[in-house]
Amino acid sequence: MSQYDAIIIGGGHNGLTCAAYLARAGRKVLVLERRHVLGGAAVSEEVFPGFTFSVCSYVVSLLRPHIIRELDLARHGLQIIPLESSFVPYPDGRSLNRSADPQETRREIAGFSARDAERLDEFRVALTRMSHFVKNVIDNPAAAPGSLRPAELWQQLRLGKALKELGPDLQHLHMQLLTMSAVDFLDMWFESDQLKAPMAVSGIIGTYLGVRSPGTAYVLLHHYMGEIDGAFRSWGFARGGTGQVSNAIAGAARRYGAEIRTEAPVAEVLVRDGQAAGVVLASGEEILARNVVSNLDPHQTFLKMVDPRHFDGDFLGQIRRYKLRGSSGKVNLALDRLPEFACRPGDGPHMRGDIAIAPSIDYLEKAYDEAKYGQYSSRPYLNVVIPSLVDPSVAPPGKHVMSIFVQYAPYQHADGPAAWPEHREAFGDTVIDTLGEYMPTLKDDILHRQVLTPWDLEQQFGLTEGNIFHGELSLEQLAFLRPAAGWARYRTPLRRLWLCGSGAHPGGGIMGAPGELCAKTMLKGSQGRG
Amino acid sequence: MPRPSPFHPRTAPLCEALRWKDWAGYAAVCSYTTYMEREYFAFRHAAGLIDVTPLCKYEVRGARAGEYLAWLMVRDVTRLKPNQVAYTCWCDEHGKIVDDGTVWRLDDDWYRVTAAEPSLAWLSRFAADFDVTVTDVGDRIAALSLQGPRSRAILQQVGDADLDALRFFYLARTRIGAAEVIVTRTGYTGDLGYEVWVDNEDALAVWDALYDAGRPHGLAPAGLDAMDVARIEAGFIMNGVDYYSAPHCLIESRKNTPYELDLGWLVHLDRPDFLGQAALRREAETGPAEKLVCLEYDWDDYERLFARHGLPPEVCPYAWRDPRPVFDVFGNQVGYATSGAWSPTMKRNLALALVRPEMADRGSRLKIEVMVEYVRRKCLATVVEKPVFRDPRTRSLPQHESV
Ligand SMILES: Cc1cc2nc3c(=O)[nH]c(=O)nc-3n(C[C@H](O)[C@H](O)[C@H](O)COP(=O)(O)OP(=O)(O)OC[C@H]3O[C@@H](n4cnc5c(N)ncnc54)[C@H](O)[C@@H]3O)c2cc1C
Repeated sequence: MSQYDAIIIGGGHNGLTCAAYLARAGRKVLVLERRHVLGGAAVSEEVFPGFTFSVCSYVVSLLRPHIIRELDLARHGLQIIPLESSFVPYPDGRSLNRSADPQETRREIAGFSARDAERLDEFRVALTRMSHFVKNVIDNPAAAPGSLRPAELWQQLRLGKALKELGPDLQHLHMQLLTMSAVDFLDMWFESDQLKAPMAVSGIIGTYLGVRSPGTAYVLLHHYMGEIDGAFRSWGFARGGTGQVSNAIAGAARRYGAEIRTEAPVAEVLVRDGQAAGVVLASGEEILARNVVSNLDPHQTFLKMVDPRHFDGDFLGQIRRYKLRGSSGKVNLALDRLPEFACRPGDGPHMRGDIAIAPSIDYLEKAYDEAKYGQYSSRPYLNVVIPSLVDPSVAPPGKHVMSIFVQYAPYQHADGPAAWPEHREAFGDTVIDTLGEYMPTLKDDILHRQVLTPWDLEQQFGLTEGNIFHGELSLEQLAFLRPAAGWARYRTPLRRLWLCGSGAHPGGGIMGAPGELCAKTMLKGSQGRG
Repeated sequence: MPRPSPFHPRTAPLCEALRWKDWAGYAAVCSYTTYMEREYFAFRHAAGLIDVTPLCKYEVRGARAGEYLAWLMVRDVTRLKPNQVAYTCWCDEHGKIVDDGTVWRLDDDWYRVTAAEPSLAWLSRFAADFDVTVTDVGDRIAALSLQGPRSRAILQQVGDADLDALRFFYLARTRIGAAEVIVTRTGYTGDLGYEVWVDNEDALAVWDALYDAGRPHGLAPAGLDAMDVARIEAGFIMNGVDYYSAPHCLIESRKNTPYELDLGWLVHLDRPDFLGQAALRREAETGPAEKLVCLEYDWDDYERLFARHGLPPEVCPYAWRDPRPVFDVFGNQVGYATSGAWSPTMKRNLALALVRPEMADRGSRLKIEVMVEYVRRKCLATVVEKPVFRDPRTRSLPQHESV
């Protein structure tokens, strides 16, 4: 007899969210996590004594505010400190800082283009209205076009209505967002390269696309949402690192009665009578459950955990074609003191937000060019944060941690993915050299460094091909197409096997939405204890 | 015109936003930069340093000082041990609140009182009967409040007091550099925190010591706007905002009792006479006419009210204090909210409100007025546990803490 209503494979933040919602509804839940820590890609680890790294993800922007409230995450230790600004230094010694202070931001941008400074507000209005619409998409299960089931028609109507309410101008904008490149989209508003480049990068994060590739405009909106979701103020650092998001969710799940085991890698999903019936751990232990929920990406879930015989060829084909082309890496530094930018010394507000090395559109395109042929960018796009400036709990007093997200670092290295370890340190040097051009003392300030290539992300965190979002957030893999046409509602072709991770709608990022929506779908489907 | 506090030479150059207001006759910083967010988060994550000199301060001396204060205050301050501090309020003979503040026992015959409003007259009204002298030391003593999880580490670096042993609501007489100071483990943020009291002459040296030691810990100078949000999360009321001092009220209905303000826990009834005792005893039996509660706006309803106009929900970026009516679910007015704020830590929209006692239980469903697009609307709200922000570090000693 199965003891559990559901086993969740993987203690990433989505698996934990799913567990918390199921347990809250009275279900008996067991979470099995492979590593010794919870959180998956939303994890804090004291990699060097005294220095806590947000090893992978480093800023929280899309975490759904209602999840914070419904699971009472603040009481379980979640505190989010907002990022103050976005800063970009340029090679010519100039720099741009955009902050919450509109007048100051206007002055800064006017230094590059007075017109752009004024258009920023119009851009914000348009994107706020758009994201209001997209919010509907994110906070609901994906619509299933073509379905005639009343509940789904209702969904469609609601979204249809929301789209209609946008008015003709924004309907056009929506279509443009769906099809344009990030750069083309930004060109509709702005003229200065210095402003457009750092804005365009939101369109490529976690994708294997360039800022001029079609479809990247939509990804830009997806990311921008967290940023302009102003009233909710959910864009920032989690105190104690992003792992605190996962720990808080785990705290809530445990409070509702969920059981969580770490160092419990699952080897495969048990299938009985054509349906998922439990799991086998790597240790050989078998645990039965009425439902099995996978927090792993679609490749791991369908190609590794389950015997392919249980799926039809068409579905398997779709999953095999599902794109997980990892394109990014991460460098985490423990710093002896705060380094300074040559162009803007000191520890002002520009240091307490996110810092981009994205000085021009051409710079970003060049970075992409190299990646296309299997090389990491010799001058990559960097996204840098120094959380210890606002959260002293992550470093000893006066010392700092720096998190550097790096793109592009293609998983498919020209010498093959397994060659990455040989290139790891040189890759790390490239990153430090790139940033060092703007922060002359950086090299001398480094106490320790941790370099993660896409290969490492796969080996250590179970992210296939090192893809940070369990699959690219490109259009053909979003909404009702994620992870495969017809299977975007957390169910899978194998009965009682569910998907609750970032490979399900609405996708990657520290969002919690796939986990929450999966749980709610399961609960709806099961009257009583299904 | 407000006058500068002894810290003005340091606070003025830091106050980039030029946002000041008059606090009890002193120029006080609202926020140092355009938005107070950073200062608020310093309170909750690192440390915020705020000039609280404008608080009123009095010395009460005499062999019967303790007895006298016990007679003035609703709380039995004769129970205070040396170096202990008590939060308390005081009432008129009708049991109506006059002010709230702290009483410190510095010695057997030496106490200090802090108050929100000038209280020399009130505190010394009957002093002669007890052979007690009351002196206003407000202008002689400057005060800084250092609040936040890093406050202990910072103070430890500059002073020689044994802060690891200093319990919540106790004080230590110590030095910071050459300056003699009193450190009280008190504050108005609900977080771990201390207040440092120093003679005016030494004020700047103490600021410098704390500021310099604090920077590596993420210390930020903080203003009143940030403190106002923190105090609402902590459920602390404010004289002149959430209630009015009885002697200043034109009409009876404006006055409040400690029981109404959820300060019943301060009232020690069973002891020798004290001011307001008879009235308070009666009210303890009959129950208060209204009760202060913390309300949380129902977010879905709040969002809906804005969505009707095609707007995303907006919250006030600072704590508000313009009163708003509170209704039962049928729309009948059952009270009023006096102040409120969006809690950046809890992600909840909060208000402090006085409502009919039968509506004051936790979980009680009410409505609160919200203005959306120039239209008055009613938003669902629930009575929630007060305080909303609670952290063990506020009261604990370091050996019992986990970070
Ligand atoms: C370098 C990097 C930077 C990022 N930066 C950001 C950012 O700044 N902001 C943002 O919002 N998002 C960011 N992301 C994306 C975000 O972190 C992820 O989309 C999100 O955390 C994924 O959560 P998940 O719960 O869906 O999956 P995961 O976190 O991948 O969780 C899956 C879990 O399953 C476990 N597991 C794997 N195999 C097994 C097995 N066989 N048995 C048991 N358990 C198993 C894993 O250990 C893991 O804990 C970043 C990601 C990376 C990698």
